Amino acid sequence: MADKSAVGKTGKPFKMHVDWSKVREFARAIKDPNPLYFDPELARKELGGIPVPVTFLQTSAFWTDETSSPGFGGFDLRRILHGEQEFEFFKPIFVGDTLTGLTKVADVLEKEGGRGGKMTLLITETEYTNQKGEKVAIARSTLIETGQAVKA
Amino acid sequence: MAKLKFDSIKVGDEIPKIEIRGVTRPDFVRYAGASGDFVPLHYDQTFVEMAGIPTVFAQGMFTAGLLSKAVTDYVGVGNVRRFQVRFATRVWPGDVVTCTGKVTNKLEKGGEKQIEGDLIVLNQKGEPAIRGSFRAACA
Repeated sequence: MADKSAVGKTGKPFKMHVDWSKVREFARAIKDPNPLYFDPELARKELGGIPVPVTFLQTSAFWTDETSSPGFGGFDLRRILHGEQEFEFFKPIFVGDTLTGLTKVADVLEKEGGRGGKMTLLITETEYTNQKGEKVAIARSTLIETGQAVKA
Repeated sequence: MAKLKFDSIKVGDEIPKIEIRGVTRPDFVRYAGASGDFVPLHYDQTFVEMAGIPTVFAQGMFTAGLLSKAVTDYVGVGNVRRFQVRFATRVWPGDVVTCTGKVTNKLEKGGEKQIEGDLIVLNQKGEPAIRGSFRAACA
């Protein structure tokens, strides 16, 4: 059920420390051997620090708990699909940074779906600020609650 | 990493293709551990069978990660300003996935020369697993 009243709700801010071992592990998991993730001297020379992969903010999962989430507006988590994901970057993120994330419900929409009947879309936005107070990124996530369980 | 030269890029230029010849269950397990996405649909065969799904399948963000490498190989790490993916068909163990894209626009934003492009991940049947887009800084 779409619950528009959830729009604007926020979770509690969470801290996320950007750790080199996690960056390396993530780069390996996405099959990216780019030396900038693995060679600190090269990374410092070229970029001023060890960078993070484009989708690395997904690892915020390790830093959040149920209080960081604004809630799912009555969504049935058994029927949830990840529909869409977007990252916007405003400043570089480096290993050693401590980010603060704040997640809010950006929108709740209803749509007629294909395979699963009526769908409800939940769009959340997490804004990340670094230890200098600079806004570095926004992660925007669209979750879809299907009308019934989606079969393969 | 060296930025692309704005003047040498043309709308329609293709992003060099990345092909993964058969993604595997260990790939999904490794991504689960790396990302913290422990949804059991991606590694627990007993769980997926109970849900009526034949086998585990890739996390959408695993495949998105493969696609992101195609982008950073092209524009250089540190130059991506926006990256967006929409998930279509699922990626199964053994699937051959091809990540590619093309430049659709050249622009100036916030005093920076940038390009925009469309992205796509296809399976071996030519079905899109992901459609996406990006914006990146150039020199």
